[in-house]
Amino acid sequence: MSTLNSAPPRVPDAPEEAPATTPAGGKANARGRFGAKFTPYSLLVPSIVVLGVVIGWPLINLIIMSFQKFGRAQVFGAPPEWIGFGNYAKVLGDPTFWEVLGRSLLFCLVCVVITMVLGTLIAMMMTRLTKFFRLLLSVGLLLAWAMPALTATIVWGWIFDTDYGVINNVLVNVFGLDFQQHSWLIDPVSFFFVAAIIVIWGAVPFVTFTVYAGLSQVPDEVLEAASLDGAGYLARFRLIVFPYLKSIFVVVTILQIIWDLRVFTQIYALQGIGGIKEQTSTLGVYIYQTSLGSGEYGIGGAIAVITVIILMAISLYYVRQSIKEEEL
Amino acid sequence: MTSQTALGPTLRGTTPPSKRVTSGALRRRKTTTVVLSIIAVIIFLCAVFPVYWMINTSFQPNNEIRSTTLHFWPDNFTLRNYYTVLFEPGRTPFLPALGNSLMVTLLTVTVALVFAFLASLAVTRFRFKSRKAFILTILIIQMIPAEAMIVSTYRVLDGWHLLNTIAGLTLVYVATVLPFTIWTLRGFVNGIPVELEEAGMVDGLSRSGAFWKITFPLLAPGLVATGVFGFIQAWNEFLLALVVNSRPDMMTLPVWLRTFQTLTGTTNWAAIMAGSTLMAIPVIVFFLIVQGRMTSGLVSGAVKG
Repeated sequence: MSTLNSAPPRVPDAPEEAPATTPAGGKANARGRFGAKFTPYSLLVPSIVVLGVVIGWPLINLIIMSFQKFGRAQVFGAPPEWIGFGNYAKVLGDPTFWEVLGRSLLFCLVCVVITMVLGTLIAMMMTRLTKFFRLLLSVGLLLAWAMPALTATIVWGWIFDTDYGVINNVLVNVFGLDFQQHSWLIDPVSFFFVAAIIVIWGAVPFVTFTVYAGLSQVPDEVLEAASLDGAGYLARFRLIVFPYLKSIFVVVTILQIIWDLRVFTQIYALQGIGGIKEQTSTLGVYIYQTSLGSGEYGIGGAIAVITVIILMAISLYYVRQSIKEEEL
Repeated sequence: MTSQTALGPTLRGTTPPSKRVTSGALRRRKTTTVVLSIIAVIIFLCAVFPVYWMINTSFQPNNEIRSTTLHFWPDNFTLRNYYTVLFEPGRTPFLPALGNSLMVTLLTVTVALVFAFLASLAVTRFRFKSRKAFILTILIIQMIPAEAMIVSTYRVLDGWHLLNTIAGLTLVYVATVLPFTIWTLRGFVNGIPVELEEAGMVDGLSRSGAFWKITFPLLAPGLVATGVFGFIQAWNEFLLALVVNSRPDMMTLPVWLRTFQTLTGTTNWAAIMAGSTLMAIPVIVFFLIVQGRMTSGLVSGAVKG
């Protein structure tokens, strides 16, 4: 799929037989294209400086800090003491960390599975809808996708509000259930139920549109041939559509895992509306609380480094797949 | 597109002699279509409901939403909540936050676009030694979670006296947005064949003239789309703004909204919804403009596989 889907190349008065003097990107013309003053390195300087200063330098600091005893006193000028793997030992020996990690992984797993299944089903459904309903569905999904995560969380918080939320109201008045003044956020399981709804609601559109774009690339003839041979809908999906879309599925799943594992805004804002922090923190929120809340910068740094390592390991495939596209 | 109309596959299905296609099959197809359409409407309603509920609540008087009767339409339409958010002098004024957000976001987009434009030219139109390493670094940086970096970013900015400044937050945002911007722009530049420039040069343009007169105009839609992505990212960013610009007068809109929500508590949801609407509307509008290009950048590698 090309990223440029508009602007068909128009060549003003270019003779068809214009000789391609040098192969595209050949070494010979590389330097000359913009004259001597623009070498590729000088073009990269601004980006490298910014990334180095804002990402590289803090990253080095973070790694150093994770090996130091670094608390409030050090912030106010006390020299930090080098303690080797002390912070890491402390973190890995702390049951709270494992609780948070387990909670994050479980939450991530549930969200990713439901998002992928729902997104794929809706995408497959979209191929079979009439134009009007497909457009209607697309508009709805786009609206959900466009909502900023924080706004979405606060709006869902209002929908699930204890006193006047529409959910409680409907459950009480329409279904006659005992949900008068029911607090959805006080119990951790139900807190994560609401959080999962928010995350999944926001993530399904991306999966749907990506898979739908992939589905439209599966050649009709192949599917038709299969159906003539008697393959049912499920068989066609398993044997033809899925292999075609396998790499899309893998990349989208990895992106979902990364996004859901590092979820911060939704959990943090939902805690602000009414959750119990100790029982509902995920990795991102835990780093925030340990570092900025309790002032344990060294330990927070160690947790951060561990998180980065986990996410890097997961995203390796994505990076490799993206690099593949660069014809080198 | 696999099937344009519901009848498409059915008509094609009549050709094989082995299968008897009866009106029964046709009716079954029709039933499927109706069922699918109903499901589509239900999903549409689920997807839209929070957006609708936010806007609906924001136009109702606060005492009305604090009652047991649900109002699915603002029958007592009021702009009172917007007035409260915009002009009522409380502890968290909206307008300065809006100003901060606009300033940071616009600066971020401008700087990031210029830097990314230069970088994407370097990696697409030149072949040089560390090119692959640069692209790899960009991709890896994109995967580093902001959550992990908050403490050290905070300390580094503190050391440069850039906490609670527009410049500091802009600097952080430029770096946050830059990898994605370079990656996307690279795709757009790649989509414009070098041969076009070469043809222009055959016609007598200078090298840079060929670039500015031929490639750059073709790149304009890509620049706009990438800029809008950057805008949305910076406008919505919450965590870094929360850490770096925490002083009330330096807050951006997301931090403002969250503070406003905490301070207002559950007593004035109508005003909170008005604030949410004000924050979300620009994003939704921009998003709808450029959504077509959104997915392609992220999964372009996968499709080529």
